[in-house]
Amino acid sequence: MEAQRTAYHKIWDAHRVAGDPLQRMLMYVDLHLVHEVTSPQAFAGLRAAGRRVRRPDLTLAVMDHLVPTWERTRETPDPVGREQLRQLSENCAAAGIPLLDLYHRRQGIVHVVGPELGLTQPGMTVVCGDSHTSTHGAFGALAFGIGTTEVEQVLASQCIWQAPAPTLEVRVDGQLGQGVTAKDLALGIIREIGVAGGQGSIVEYSGTTVRQLTMEGRMTVCNMTIEAGARAGLISPDQTTVAYLEGRPAVPKGHEFAAAAERWLSFASDPGANFDRQVRIDASQLSPFVTWGTNPSMSVPVGARVPELAELRSEAAREAARRALAYMGLEEGTAIEDIHIDRVFIGSCTNGRLEDLRAAAAIAAGRRVSPGVRAMVVPGSGAVKRAAEEEGLDRIFRDAGFEWLEAGCSMCLGMNPDILSPGERCASTSNRNFEGRQGAGGRTHLVSPAMAAAAAVFGHFADVRRLEPAELGVAAKEG
Amino acid sequence: MEAFTVLEGLVATLSRDDVDTDQIIPKQFLKSTGRAGYGKACFFDWRYDAEGHDRPDFELNCPEYRGAEILLAGRNFGCGSSREHAVWALAQMGFRVVVAPSFADIFRTNALQNGLLPVALADPVCADLQLRARRRDGYRLIVDLQAQVVRDREGRKAPFQLDPFWRECLLSGLDPLGMALREEAAISAFEQARSPLLPTTRHRWE
Repeated sequence: MEAQRTAYHKIWDAHRVAGDPLQRMLMYVDLHLVHEVTSPQAFAGLRAAGRRVRRPDLTLAVMDHLVPTWERTRETPDPVGREQLRQLSENCAAAGIPLLDLYHRRQGIVHVVGPELGLTQPGMTVVCGDSHTSTHGAFGALAFGIGTTEVEQVLASQCIWQAPAPTLEVRVDGQLGQGVTAKDLALGIIREIGVAGGQGSIVEYSGTTVRQLTMEGRMTVCNMTIEAGARAGLISPDQTTVAYLEGRPAVPKGHEFAAAAERWLSFASDPGANFDRQVRIDASQLSPFVTWGTNPSMSVPVGARVPELAELRSEAAREAARRALAYMGLEEGTAIEDIHIDRVFIGSCTNGRLEDLRAAAAIAAGRRVSPGVRAMVVPGSGAVKRAAEEEGLDRIFRDAGFEWLEAGCSMCLGMNPDILSPGERCASTSNRNFEGRQGAGGRTHLVSPAMAAAAAVFGHFADVRRLEPAELGVAAKEG
Repeated sequence: MEAFTVLEGLVATLSRDDVDTDQIIPKQFLKSTGRAGYGKACFFDWRYDAEGHDRPDFELNCPEYRGAEILLAGRNFGCGSSREHAVWALAQMGFRVVVAPSFADIFRTNALQNGLLPVALADPVCADLQLRARRRDGYRLIVDLQAQVVRDREGRKAPFQLDPFWRECLLSGLDPLGMALREEAAISAFEQARSPLLPTTRHRWE
């Protein structure tokens, strides 16, 4: 039989409950993450059918999508949102599902919190009613977003019907240049393969560049997999994965840790395993990217210009660009560095982890937010916030004129009070530049955390490679 | 789940690619805790002006498309967020079928779960249908799930593929959850054999 298997196939084979693995099988779910926005109808469905939550001990709920980022002592402003939060509390209490509510010190964005607690481990299946569940693939887990009806199905059965998916290897080799981050790699890949380039597939990221990424960088790359249309993205586990997990609350300790680590590593793709498709990316050719349009594939290097319509290959692409430019209020051929911004958002499940905040702080240190720009930093979780404060990053941001806020999804999707006004232009470290994503009429440009900080300082996009990043340890101590 | 066998319906076009679920149902409507009331909010920002009036430049506002049950859309329809509200909104706006060259993965599953049939047809076939439907003279299609074919009254005919599992579910109105729960013995056996090293969420998270 086939000796070499991919990580995806190993996880697939290990989670068959019933059905035909070549057609459609019932797959067991090791971890189900739940949040306030996509779960109320699922719990209501269970109640209506008189069913119970099968495995509350494999389920974790978090309040993140619509929570305000102001002090927790202030009330959530809108009554409809409050009702959603209330229902989550009630549903979790009734079912015995652990909940990290608004006031819990571990509260944060579900895709930041899961890994932080050590709940996401190699070889697991992870689902959540949120498309950015692909983030957890960084650990060599099979992780994907589901809809509310499937949330109900998983709550009731701890299983999900799945058909096998084709595999796509995205192999990245070469050295990322100075100032070029995991976010730029993600944007570069989507630029290369397109927003439907991974459609229906399971992407595995491989190659020397991926191996050198930290777990936080890997999470950024896997997070954006959904923006290329893939069902899931993952990275085979290695010693970087094992080292990240050691000591985390949900990870076994002592001699059990060694056994767990051995088990984890067994889920890595075998050398020579076959993928249905392969794409190669040369990391040394990538730059810090800035999106100019209304989907994440519409990006150019910071030193370039918004494309001329005539350069685009198809009429469909020209039509999409025409529409995007009209929405974004941009002229074709405008130099990216000439685009002025009103707002900056640093945070989200894409770029709201400690490493992201460090990279932004290194640019912000000793500088000032440009007059007229409002810049926000929203840590991905309470734990990220505390760790950043221990390092003095909060002071660096505050001294530079950034707002330092409480954890949540915030302006990534604008379900809380943090939204753009019509026409406002934002440099954002989030994942989607769709029309109205951050507020009706708002204009979003996706960038890395360092690029967002640089845009805050200059009031327009600027090549972060021309800026001297501060030695953070020193800056923090001096501050 | 509501069964789907065959439907003849008026066709409305939305001729742009990569329509994301944020456009189908913007975030401010996701705070509701029910499954109803999304139809009026469907395509909200494209459909209405600041005063809440229909925008004449938005295709689906054409009077000739009123009552359409089949939406003819572009490539990669439903990309982005996993919000099932997008499917509820389309269904409550009156659509029973979406025909497009391709669909985003999560959207397609959500649609199937709700009996909104996603029909993928090749690019040139969709382009031909687009031309036809854009004449706005009451163009209709017949979508036959039993025979897995889309036809019109002028003799056009295009077969389509659908996973046998979903075809079966839709034709007979079977519920995937009910089918999963019938595997209780297999689920329990699987749980017995799971590695004790796997994590649980029962901790005092500190």
